[in-house]
Amino acid sequence: MLRYILKRLLFAIPTLFAVSIIAFIIIQLPPGDYLTTLMADWASQGGAVEAGTVAAMRERYGLDQPLYFQYYKWIWGILTAGDFGISFELGKPVTELIWNRLGFSLLLSLLTLCFVWAIAIPIGILSAVRQYSISDYTATFLAFFFLAVPDFLMALSAMYVMSAWFGQSVGGLFSPDYVDAGWSFGKLVDFARHVWLPVVVIGLGSLAALVRIMRANLLDELSKPYVTTARAKGMSELELLIRYPVRLALNPLISTLGWILPAVISGEIIVSVVMSLPTTGPLLLRALLTQDMYLAGSLILLISVLTIIGTLISDILLALTDPRIRFQ
Amino acid sequence: MTDITSLPPETGPSFNLPGKDIAVAGQWRLFWLKFKKHRIALASLVVIVFMYLVAVFADFIAPVDPNATNARFTYAPPQGLSLLLDGSFRPHVNQLKMTLNTESMRREFVADPTKPVSVGFFVKAPQPYHLLGLIPMETKLFGLTNPQVGDSLYIFGADRLGRDIFSRVVHGAQISLSIGLVGVFMSLILGVTIGGVSGFFGGWADLAIQRFIELLRSIPTIPLWMGLAAAIPVGWPPLRTYFVITLIVSLIGWTSLAREVRGKFLSLRNEDFVIAARLDGMSEIGIIFNHLVPSFMSHIIATLTLAIPSMILAETALSFLGIGLQPPIISWGVLLQEAQNIRAVAQAPWLLFTPAAAIIISVLSLNFLGDGLRDAADPYESVS
Repeated sequence: MLRYILKRLLFAIPTLFAVSIIAFIIIQLPPGDYLTTLMADWASQGGAVEAGTVAAMRERYGLDQPLYFQYYKWIWGILTAGDFGISFELGKPVTELIWNRLGFSLLLSLLTLCFVWAIAIPIGILSAVRQYSISDYTATFLAFFFLAVPDFLMALSAMYVMSAWFGQSVGGLFSPDYVDAGWSFGKLVDFARHVWLPVVVIGLGSLAALVRIMRANLLDELSKPYVTTARAKGMSELELLIRYPVRLALNPLISTLGWILPAVISGEIIVSVVMSLPTTGPLLLRALLTQDMYLAGSLILLISVLTIIGTLISDILLALTDPRIRFQ
Repeated sequence: MTDITSLPPETGPSFNLPGKDIAVAGQWRLFWLKFKKHRIALASLVVIVFMYLVAVFADFIAPVDPNATNARFTYAPPQGLSLLLDGSFRPHVNQLKMTLNTESMRREFVADPTKPVSVGFFVKAPQPYHLLGLIPMETKLFGLTNPQVGDSLYIFGADRLGRDIFSRVVHGAQISLSIGLVGVFMSLILGVTIGGVSGFFGGWADLAIQRFIELLRSIPTIPLWMGLAAAIPVGWPPLRTYFVITLIVSLIGWTSLAREVRGKFLSLRNEDFVIAARLDGMSEIGIIFNHLVPSFMSHIIATLTLAIPSMILAETALSFLGIGLQPPIISWGVLLQEAQNIRAVAQAPWLLFTPAAAIIISVLSLNFLGDGLRDAADPYESVS
């Protein structure tokens, strides 16, 4: 088992390296470098720029050096000192801006994953056990329908319905009273009252796919001889279902975590923009629109790294539950 | 949205044909026979063909110029089109009467049933136009027969500049639906080439390509697309932006196709008919294009169909965020930019729901169609 985990960890290193290169390319894509943008900005505000400052910043980010050297400086700063550079638009180090938001993103994604799994498994089981029943057809139709609705459209519609029919304003993760307050029981309740809507909205798209996978897996298992044997032995239908076929059908579901996670994170970003949640989404969009490239690049890098770590964890989980994989 | 638009395959319905017919039926005939059994997919095919026709004949179908503004009718609500008037067939809409709500200081529109405005089919266009930019035309599918000042025809409402939402959605279909097709074409080229190399040659090329695909698929798509799309300079001409956006959204689509092609190559390259062709002295390229590609063509078509909706959704998402296509280009995503803030939506819900319905119907039908095609792509499976 340890061997397997070590092997997976080693495999992750080139992936992480490649992701950092992609993030760096995105930083480099807009024409001009950050300092040109910054100069233009300062000049437009009538501020004079000291030549010494510029030279110091050029030196710090290695802007006069070849690209591979700039990459080296950037990644070395991140790895050794946790220095992601400076957000030029907000005039603060990137690290000050991102951790809080990244935390909320992670929390929201995890809650969504829990929600999706908790809902998808029972519905999938129901669909499979009652194949071709009305509930099965309804689940299948809803699955296709929610796949066709883009996340942001779902978010907008949900907000419209909440405000037009229930007279509730939605958006954000806290009421204004609690935004700056420290964590308390009241804040937690307030958080729960806000967070369920984005969780449902983000989850619905992935839910559909998971229900279908669970249904297909379980249908495969249900027709196997061991189920008939157990039934012949007089086992109760429910006990039989939970004990054998469901457990086997769950295994492939764990492996879907590898692509559900990127999907949930993508959904989280776009839904957060629409619902103005204090997560990475709105920050990333604003950074991209104002060409605040250090901030944008760092966010893309960290989001991708988190996803890769998540996938790694799901691989390890899969190996834990399924011996066939670790003894391959 | 990472590859989530495809659902796991389902066991398709089998079909009954006299044994003799089935034995001699060609690949495409088997494909069609099995596809026909999938009712929803068949219905979806009709819907899709209809939507693409609407896109092609958008100039003819849209009653007014999608960019024509009208300050008198900002945020005008949808006018219900009724076909009968006083018991006889006279299609009409009711004239909109504007009142000022003194409380909210907003203009409100009320339909006035005493003033029907007659609507006709094949009416003279407000201005002559060129269908598809080629054929000069002076007729529209429908429109006001005798437009007077104060008359309007907004069957799906108007936006904040008084532009007709229906005409805009019909024109938006041109961009939104074609992005799917162009993107899929790019994916096809990339996917077949790279997947083919990977599957046919194997070895380290295969290993490198598979690792690269895994890498691309492990990155959440939205941030990646956002980063790439945001780098497109604002000053670029619309056509170039369009192609770059298409390229960006097809960046992910090709990976699933490449995997499919590779899998097929791996399973087919040692089949008897390939070995026979090789022993006959056929070149490797010849084998690929004369024997291998035709044998998994139906799979490619199914995978491609399933890739179109994810590209439509990607374009819509990017344009909605304001980093994809920009006005004056009209696409469904650009139309949804108008619905970005919830206050606008609360005042004029048709800004959100009309383009949304267009997106959902097309994506839903394409998914059903792709599902049916995928089931049909393996005609031999359920026969044996």
